[in-house]
Amino acid sequence: MLAYLIRRLFAVIMMLLVVTLTTFAIFFMIPKWAGSDPALLFVGKQSDPEAIEGIRQKLSLDDPLLVQFWHFIEGLFVGRDYANGNDVTHCPAPCFGYSFRTEQAVWPQLTDAMPVTLSLAAGACVLWLVGGVAAGVVSALRRGTLWDRAAMGVALAGVSLPIYFTGLLSLAVFSYQLNWVDVDYKSLGDDPGVWFQSLVLPWITLAFLYAATYARLTRATMLEIMGEDYIRTARAKGLRERVVIGRHAMRSTWTPILTLLGLDLGALLGGAVLTETTYNLPGLGRLAVTAISNKDLPVILGVTLMAALFIVVANLIVDLLYAVVDPRVRLG
Amino acid sequence: MTAPLHGTTKDAEPVASVDVAANAVKASVEGRSLRQIAWTRLKRDKLALAGGAVVLFLVLVAIFAPLIVSVLGHPPNEFHQEEIDPLFGTPKGSMGGISSEFLFGVEPSNGRDVFSRIVYGARISLLVAFLAAVVAVALGTVFGIIAGYFGGWIDTVISRTMDMLLAFPQLLFIISLVSVLPNDLLGLSGSGVRIAILVSVIGFFGWPYVGRIVRGQTLSLREKEYIEAARSLGAGRRYILFRELLPNLVAPITVYATLMIPTNILTEAALSFLGAGVKPPTASWGQMLSDAVGTYQDDPMFMIIPGLAIFITVLAFNLFGDGVRDALDPKGTR
Repeated sequence: MLAYLIRRLFAVIMMLLVVTLTTFAIFFMIPKWAGSDPALLFVGKQSDPEAIEGIRQKLSLDDPLLVQFWHFIEGLFVGRDYANGNDVTHCPAPCFGYSFRTEQAVWPQLTDAMPVTLSLAAGACVLWLVGGVAAGVVSALRRGTLWDRAAMGVALAGVSLPIYFTGLLSLAVFSYQLNWVDVDYKSLGDDPGVWFQSLVLPWITLAFLYAATYARLTRATMLEIMGEDYIRTARAKGLRERVVIGRHAMRSTWTPILTLLGLDLGALLGGAVLTETTYNLPGLGRLAVTAISNKDLPVILGVTLMAALFIVVANLIVDLLYAVVDPRVRLG
Repeated sequence: MTAPLHGTTKDAEPVASVDVAANAVKASVEGRSLRQIAWTRLKRDKLALAGGAVVLFLVLVAIFAPLIVSVLGHPPNEFHQEEIDPLFGTPKGSMGGISSEFLFGVEPSNGRDVFSRIVYGARISLLVAFLAAVVAVALGTVFGIIAGYFGGWIDTVISRTMDMLLAFPQLLFIISLVSVLPNDLLGLSGSGVRIAILVSVIGFFGWPYVGRIVRGQTLSLREKEYIEAARSLGAGRRYILFRELLPNLVAPITVYATLMIPTNILTEAALSFLGAGVKPPTASWGQMLSDAVGTYQDDPMFMIIPGLAIFITVLAFNLFGDGVRDALDPKGTR
């Protein structure tokens, strides 16, 4: 178990390094290859050569890619100094650098955006897990009935709808026409009422789309499992149907659901890009989109790294949970 | 999943792999090929057929876009200020300016024909989704089959690469990449470049999904007797990989490719929505929705039409893909 954990953690660190290095390479190598200059991105095109040279010195943009990469990693753990002659800026750990556009430190921007994305993902996740899994189980147990057909029809529609369409529709109806909800985001600590109101629509739309996938997956898995021998055995020894389903069938149904949940939750926490853009929520996803359109490398790097971190950690947790949920799984 | 998809047909005729000539005769007498079985099943699946019909219709619309627009619409980038209310910038008339002249209404503020833009948008959507699926399937099949068949360190390298790609924050990566890539590349210009970029990045991030399935299937197939038979007859590696293994992987690959197209359509639309798709004035559905963000309160029709276009297209592909999957399922009863 311990050896397994260490091996997985090592893989996680490797993974994060590769993601960081790739992002780094994309934003330093491709512009160079296409004939522009990262320092120019920072100061804007009209600046005088001296200013550009100063920036270049301060951010060490002339160093080889790997050296710059090393400084970045170093900054994450011990902080770093940006120096151009006497002009020294100290950036404490964890140092993600400074935005090219606003010259604000990146780390506080990330920590500001994180709770928004977290609230969005957590709320939606609870809704879609409960709704999707319940609908899937009921559909599987009443296969072929009107309920099954209706639920699967709705689910198929759900997987075919893009969030930015359902999102805009929900805004048009509930916010603009009916005026039921206030949509400007405020944090939970500032104003719980507004926080809840601003998130209610995103939660429901997001949960609806995801629940569709989970309902389809749950139904398919459940149908397969109900044909297994151990279910027949459980019934044969006289267990009540509720125990057969709840205790025996559900345990293995959870495995594929957990796999998907790990992927989805990891991806969502790293920035629900489309949802946040549609509902104008100031989370990691919107931060990333703004940064990308500004070609603001340090911010992009920060968000991408956070996103990758969430994905790998979510996957790790899911793998550990397998052993808890499914008695057939042994870690090793 | 113990039985490979071809198990049913192969197991039904145990002599087939021994005597090739007898196989041909037997097949014509009692056995039905996988394709025949699948086709018979698909024909009974009304929903899948309906989906398939819509897909066919959309493909035709995309191919004959210029013809359709010249008969039923106006050029996609022609402004029609006369259709716009000068005071509010919204289309004149109710329902976003829908009339016999403008079937789906006009765009707010500049009055471009929404119908023509939807028709031309279908081209981009389908082209990108289809080509990206081809890229993903090609890469996934080649790497998956190699990883599964050779095993060892080759398998380790390919599998780790796939895991790593799956753990990338894909959407963020794709929009970052698109934003830094130059506008002219390899002699292409305008929308050509963007289409090429979209196809390659969507395809590139899609191949690990195919790769994993192909690898898993190959792992179980390579231990089968017919592979051993081919090997003992002195068949080369390439022959075994592409003439013996690949035909048996066609079913799972087909299923995955069909179900990958709707996902790709959604990805392309999402990228266009975020401004990383084809460049204006080239029409795309995602971009129309993104334009609608500013105007949906006064002109909801301009948001609903591209949204419905995406929905109907993706739904049709999903229905058809589900049908194909069920038809090719060896455990299927029909």
